[in-house]
Amino acid sequence: MLKGRVGGIFYQLAALALAFGVVSLILVAVGASPAEAFRNIFAGSFGSMRKFAEVLVAFVPLLLVTAGLLVTFAAGLWNIGVEGQVVLGAIVTTWVYRIFLDSSLSPAFVILLAILGGLIGGALWAALAGVLKVFGGVNEIFGGLGLNFVATALTIYLIFGPWKRPGVASMSGTVPFSDEFSLPLLTNLRISPWALALALIGIVIVYFLLQGTYFGLRLKAVGRNFRAAYLLGIPTWQYSMYSFLICGALAGAAGAMQVAAVYHRLIPSISSGYGYLGLMVAMLINYQAVWAVPVALFFAALNIGSIQLPILMKLDSSLSGVLQGVLVLFVLLAAGIRQKFGRRVSS
Amino acid sequence: MTQETLLIGLAGVLASASPLIFAVIGETLSERAGVINLSMNGTILLAAMGGFAVAYNTNSILLGFLAGMLIGALVALIVAFAGITLQQSQVAVGFVLALTCRDLSYFLGNPYMGVPGPRLQAVPIPLLSELPLLGRLFFQHDVITYISFVAIFLAWAWIFRTRPGLMLQGIGEKPAAAYVRGANVNRMRYIYTVVGGALIGLAGPAFSLATRAGWMGTISGLDGFGWIALSITIFGGWNPLRGAFGAYLFALLQWLGLVLQPVLTQVPSQVLQVAPFPLMILTLLFVNIGNAEWVERALAAMPDSARRIFAKLLRAMRTSPPAALGVPFKRD
Repeated sequence: MLKGRVGGIFYQLAALALAFGVVSLILVAVGASPAEAFRNIFAGSFGSMRKFAEVLVAFVPLLLVTAGLLVTFAAGLWNIGVEGQVVLGAIVTTWVYRIFLDSSLSPAFVILLAILGGLIGGALWAALAGVLKVFGGVNEIFGGLGLNFVATALTIYLIFGPWKRPGVASMSGTVPFSDEFSLPLLTNLRISPWALALALIGIVIVYFLLQGTYFGLRLKAVGRNFRAAYLLGIPTWQYSMYSFLICGALAGAAGAMQVAAVYHRLIPSISSGYGYLGLMVAMLINYQAVWAVPVALFFAALNIGSIQLPILMKLDSSLSGVLQGVLVLFVLLAAGIRQKFGRRVSS
Repeated sequence: MTQETLLIGLAGVLASASPLIFAVIGETLSERAGVINLSMNGTILLAAMGGFAVAYNTNSILLGFLAGMLIGALVALIVAFAGITLQQSQVAVGFVLALTCRDLSYFLGNPYMGVPGPRLQAVPIPLLSELPLLGRLFFQHDVITYISFVAIFLAWAWIFRTRPGLMLQGIGEKPAAAYVRGANVNRMRYIYTVVGGALIGLAGPAFSLATRAGWMGTISGLDGFGWIALSITIFGGWNPLRGAFGAYLFALLQWLGLVLQPVLTQVPSQVLQVAPFPLMILTLLFVNIGNAEWVERALAAMPDSARRIFAKLLRAMRTSPPAALGVPFKRD
């Protein structure tokens, strides 16, 4: 057992080294110094308290999305529509804000309602992908992708249509609401401890749901073998729908945080690709909830750390995406190589 | 709208669909063999950028197109290695490649942003281009559009009218049976995935050197076409003719969105541009719903006359994927 685990770590470290090696080669090919690039990414994410707070701002939605995806993956579903579920969470949160901004309700209560709205919005959008899958026979990957585009179109329609700023509508989004309606932030930093707490609670709940409950066990049974689970009397399609609803609610929470704690309005790219990035994190951690926090933090740091690259080194900030992608790719390939050749060597 | 502008518009629709046609045919071949190449969205972007960069630096459009195909083939080779040799999830590897290649195209393409580069010119075909209506529609395009017309029929004939095509259907539907009949299933799958990948890669330069010449990074507007091509492949029921119909339908809808924009002033242009997507979901629903269990039950409960009509309707629309799609083949 121990031998197997050490072997696994060996393959993962090899994948990590290869990924950094390949990205270094790409950097050399475009005439940039890899050491300088990695140093800048590190300094841009952990260089100061303010930068680290930015990393945490990205970490919150990423962790929430990853937590949700662990549930749909457990049920054997490829919920690629998670991106749109983040967007719908943000849309409904903004909507609830707009309804109650001028009411006599206390700001704290309005914030609570808005976040709850975001959870419901994300869950309903996920339910749509679920209904398409369960009752329409539409594979969740294709239904989800289509719904992602629809969600983005809806955002843009709202920003340029019914919710446009007085005067001129623009890509900068809807009218920001005043600070008292924001989730409280730390002094001089952009991170809200409430948002951070919500994300951590989300992953803890998912961890216990999957590891320690009968529900989680049955969900995994559905994911491993749909037919066998059905024959065992597990209400399979209901479990598929539950997993969509849970994932959608967590993705919706991510969208709600983007509105309530970060942007204070709806902007066109409100989801910032965290849905797709969450899929990468979930694959990298091999769908194990325990690793979600460190890996999501690492990915968030890469994203934030590379923002300065265009200014500092005239490199495109998509370098972080390349590094993340190559890393996940090598980890997947290493797992496959280990399964195929590793066993033969040991036996 | 005069007849002339309408004709020019429709001819534009045929040309602008050509990248989608290549991508759909490539994906169809790959999936017919049993391998899902989900990397398409990233592959097309990387091939568009790479093709443009090569054509720009060598001043050869032909080399640009070849570079795009090479990129597509190499990405497909990774999918094939992971999916066939290592028997890992094709969906997982394909999705990772879709994101990685996209980001890589933005990263490497940074120096080429907005640079004016070579572009394929229209070559009217002598005599045929003089035909009334048809000449304007079909015979005043660039070479890549003509190739896209031919590719549709070649791919269709290959799959449905040749012996190797029959074998191709076999390795996607019943690989064990094809193996018994002497097919080297995994080698065939490698070949079709890589050839399909090259066709998917061809879609890139078909954008960046023809229909949407140039490279504009994130604002190229190419992000998303790969996912559309994937939906069209399913809509097309893994048949090149039906897939081509889907691609033309999509291009037509996009064109209508542009044309109708001055009429529908309340609707923001960005919304009209994505109008095909909800329609795509609906069509996917229509072609798939016949596979759902509750529909069969509902049909059984109907009176005879109604059932016959609905069953016929569903069967006409229904498509189902190759039976062994995404399933690794093991000899045992």
